[in-house]
Amino acid sequence: MSGEAAAVLLRHVSKHYQRGGQIVPVLSDIDFAIARGDFLALMGPSGSGKSTLLNLIAGIDRPSSGQILVADVDIATLDERELADWRARNVGFIFQFYNLMPVLDARENVELPLMLTSLGRRERRSHAELALEMVGLADRMDHYPNELSGGQQQRVAIARALVSDPTLIVADEPTGDLDRKSAGEILDLLEQLNGELGKTIVMVTHDARAAERAHAIRHLEKGELSALEQREVA
Amino acid sequence: MLVFLLRMSLKNALRHRLRAFLTLAGLTVAILSFGLLSTVVSAWYAGADAASDKRLITRNAISLVFPLPISYGERIRGAEGVTGISWANWFGGIYIEPKNFFPQFAIEPASYLQLYPEFVVKEDERAAFVRDRQGCLVGRKLANRYGWKVGDNIPIKGTIFPGTWNFVLRGIYDGRDSSTDQNQFFFHWDYLNERIKQTAPRRANNTGVFIVGIRDGSAAAQVSERVDKVFRNSLAETLTETEKAFQLSFVAMTETIVLAIQIVSYVVILIIMAVMANTMAMSARERTAEYATLKALGFGPGVVGLLILAESLLLCGIGAALGIALTWPTVRAIGGALDNIFPVFNVASTTVWQQLGAALLVALAAAAVPAQQAMRIRITEGLRAVS
Repeated sequence: MSGEAAAVLLRHVSKHYQRGGQIVPVLSDIDFAIARGDFLALMGPSGSGKSTLLNLIAGIDRPSSGQILVADVDIATLDERELADWRARNVGFIFQFYNLMPVLDARENVELPLMLTSLGRRERRSHAELALEMVGLADRMDHYPNELSGGQQQRVAIARALVSDPTLIVADEPTGDLDRKSAGEILDLLEQLNGELGKTIVMVTHDARAAERAHAIRHLEKGELSALEQREVA
Repeated sequence: MLVFLLRMSLKNALRHRLRAFLTLAGLTVAILSFGLLSTVVSAWYAGADAASDKRLITRNAISLVFPLPISYGERIRGAEGVTGISWANWFGGIYIEPKNFFPQFAIEPASYLQLYPEFVVKEDERAAFVRDRQGCLVGRKLANRYGWKVGDNIPIKGTIFPGTWNFVLRGIYDGRDSSTDQNQFFFHWDYLNERIKQTAPRRANNTGVFIVGIRDGSAAAQVSERVDKVFRNSLAETLTETEKAFQLSFVAMTETIVLAIQIVSYVVILIIMAVMANTMAMSARERTAEYATLKALGFGPGVVGLLILAESLLLCGIGAALGIALTWPTVRAIGGALDNIFPVFNVASTTVWQQLGAALLVALAAAAVPAQQAMRIRITEGLRAVS
């Protein structure tokens, strides 16, 4: 896949951590691309580096070497402030434990990313309400996270991820804390975001059933990436 | 965005109800205690603060214990820059029992009241007091404390001047402003002197201090020098100083107590600072994942720091508001019970500013370290805190 057509392009990306006097390698010379509108699942055992790879793609961690191009921007060259602005405009986050603000209701949680835009209060509200309607929570807008089930909280998190219309949605074990039924609903929603809205999604998961919903699966083993496993999309 | 963040900070501040309540209770008590202790210190200096720059006090240069001959009065009056003189003598008597302490002075009524315009007396009561040699004039607070009314007989048992002294209350003065001492008891120096002439003639015709009215407050040093020069090398040399300096010399006698009170008030603030810092550190630590999430969403470290600072400011602001609001009724209650010790016991505006300053200092100090840590935390490390 050419760099121009890719939403995400990694070139010779390596990552290591310094622990005491020792260098601990996590990712070694990763090269791969994710096409625009793709839905990729990253799988691998614990400690394989899949979350680190996701963090690098999302711009919340920096590579030790190599280039990461997301929508043609080399994010490894951005400083902290530029990177924060870039994340706000380009990345939607979905976390395993939802990471909602407990003191904000569903609408306010979804409104959060819009605080960093030039939108006025009324526009922010209407955008947030629209996003909540899309994830099927129109009747739960005033509810606080502790008044919602796990599945509903993850829906709020998905609404928060899509409300600013990002280029890329990264999901770290989005179904890891949910029962089977709720997990299925969340995966349906991710498929819908990908299929209907054309969002590029990168999802880290342990769950083979969840990975089956993606267009492609990549396995990570000891910091090295396996060949692309393309799946037939219905 | 600022309003949104402030609302979020307020919600965060009240998130753990019990912790917030206990912290607020601690802050309220600390700010109230700080205000009360500051008021006690102010009360100590009330006499000096209420002093006029147009009055000097002349006393015996050796010690206040030694009197000055009354004949000095006319010679002081002759000094350049002096507009009037009066005199006063400490009496130190007991009303019914020793616990009923209040200051009593034998004065020359007409000239004394002329030099102290802050003692506001009705014209007829003033005339009656001046006319009656056995008459006395008391402050409103003192009269209220013992339920005295004009015309009442008041017996005072002398300690320095033995015997029972009977007075007739001829007037009650009010203070021109809140800093005026309304706890004093004045009577005729002539009445005292007549009795002394009979019982101890060698102690007669003396007074404790002269009050010297001057034309220009800025010339106090020169006039003092001129007065003292008149009596240099005499048997009773004088020491003349401003009324403020005279009052401060009494405060100096108890300076260590004042210093101890001030130190305690600062310790109270230090303790609440530690409590508040602990609260903020706990709160910030618990919310590490939330701050990391905000940073991941694109909020800068400044916003995270602002959230913590705003939370600390809100908590301290609420605590300070409650503490300050409670200061007035508490000072009124304590002032009522201690008005024989602190005749002027009011909440000064400087005290309120000090309370606000202390609350601000506590808020800033408590938020500094947690805010810095939250601002510095790496997103990946912070997100891990959730699991």
